[in-house]
Amino acid sequence: MNLRLTAEELELRAAFRGFSDKEIVPNAAAWDAEQRLPDEAIAKLGCEGYLGATIPPAYGGRGLSMIAYGLLHQELSRGTCAASSLLTVHGMVAEAIRRWGTVEQKEIWLPRMSSGAALGAFCLTEKRVGSDAKSVETRAEPFGDGFVVNGVKRWISFGEIADVYLVLARLEEGPSTLLVERDTQGLTISPMTENLGLRASRIAQVSLDGCWIPRANLVGRAGFGFSHVVGSALQLGRYSVAWSCVGIGQACLEAALRYSAEREQFGAPLRDHPLIKQMLTNMITEVEAARLLAYQAGQLADLNHPRKILATLVAKYFASRMANRVASDALQIHGANGCSRDYPVERHFRDARVTEIIEGSTQIHQLLIAGYGSQGYEPHGGLC
Amino acid sequence: MDIRLTIRKFILAFVGSCQLDDDDDIFELGYVTSLFAMELVTFVESEFGVAVRNEDLEFANFCSVNALTEFVEARQADSGRAPRSIATAGYAE
Repeated sequence: MNLRLTAEELELRAAFRGFSDKEIVPNAAAWDAEQRLPDEAIAKLGCEGYLGATIPPAYGGRGLSMIAYGLLHQELSRGTCAASSLLTVHGMVAEAIRRWGTVEQKEIWLPRMSSGAALGAFCLTEKRVGSDAKSVETRAEPFGDGFVVNGVKRWISFGEIADVYLVLARLEEGPSTLLVERDTQGLTISPMTENLGLRASRIAQVSLDGCWIPRANLVGRAGFGFSHVVGSALQLGRYSVAWSCVGIGQACLEAALRYSAEREQFGAPLRDHPLIKQMLTNMITEVEAARLLAYQAGQLADLNHPRKILATLVAKYFASRMANRVASDALQIHGANGCSRDYPVERHFRDARVTEIIEGSTQIHQLLIAGYGSQGYEPHGGLC
Repeated sequence: MDIRLTIRKFILAFVGSCQLDDDDDIFELGYVTSLFAMELVTFVESEFGVAVRNEDLEFANFCSVNALTEFVEARQADSGRAPRSIATAGYAE
């Protein structure tokens, strides 16, 4: 395995870091307090081509490699996980269209999604359906040359402002995915605020009350919505969240290193105290380990290797748990200050908690990864 | 390697069993999780250099070693593309 970034990837990482330091980091606390990633910030992400990061150039996107796309998430999330979460859900919808959409769906949506003229939101979770997504209760009944859809989707990141929703609904053939446009009659958007983390992610409830959706908006074949369309989207989503967690860990580590160098107790900087050194050692090691797992997943994804699926599960599982441990240690090093919104570790601590729930909970990852233990995974050979 | 043998080896590695005939329905036998369904698609694309399209999403194309072999052979014949293995794509197991 080649552990070196290419010259192009190094250049891109520097550009992503520069953008985040200028546009994201200074504003992240205010956006969290206002519970709103502002439209102007989203427009800037669009101008940089970040919203079309994974969309092929033929549709106006940047067509970044998976490694570069991971680095983008890392740097945005170092500022705020909310910016990374926009790219995650928007990218998941674009990926579903790119991979399984019709020629017409690609031509209509991908150029607009590349520029940010249209934002996508991914609608899976319902009031009674979360991890068991195959039991989706939203129904799509054939009517004319389309379907009438009824159901309520909850916890939809950027659902408040999205232009197109990828909705998992049950058809007679099984779970299926439909593109629902924002101006569809019967669609109601209700913002969901006062959440623990990802407070700037414009989270909403999306209600579909007798929405008529043309058959042309069916993505993938009926009945393959969960296994293939949602599967492709979640694959990219998990990869995105893994890197986003590396970004959270990196931000917490940098803050802890800074703070422990500046603050003195018992006549010496915090970083000179053995128990603080222990925490910093664990933080550095865990962030590096998570990054390596994310690189491995990215490299396999760039090769379109079948093992990219397991590698991504492992990366997301480890990185999200790492982000929680590292954010907790960073907060501990900050003491009472770490519990204050004056210090970014408080926000990262809250955001990290959410990453163990989104795009598959930690417990679902444990079930899936353990399943590979008896299905072809070679313990001594690893993934590579 | 022979297409059928390559497919068989891949599926056997995943199901962890040698008791599989080439005509056995891996969906009916409960071997196919949603993740493995995606892995099968990725495997077919990366190993044999064929694109799995929307209209190819039929259980009949993926349900057994023989079905997958026929699918790959038909798609290769359609596209006239030479097989491209993972190894030649730069990935070494």
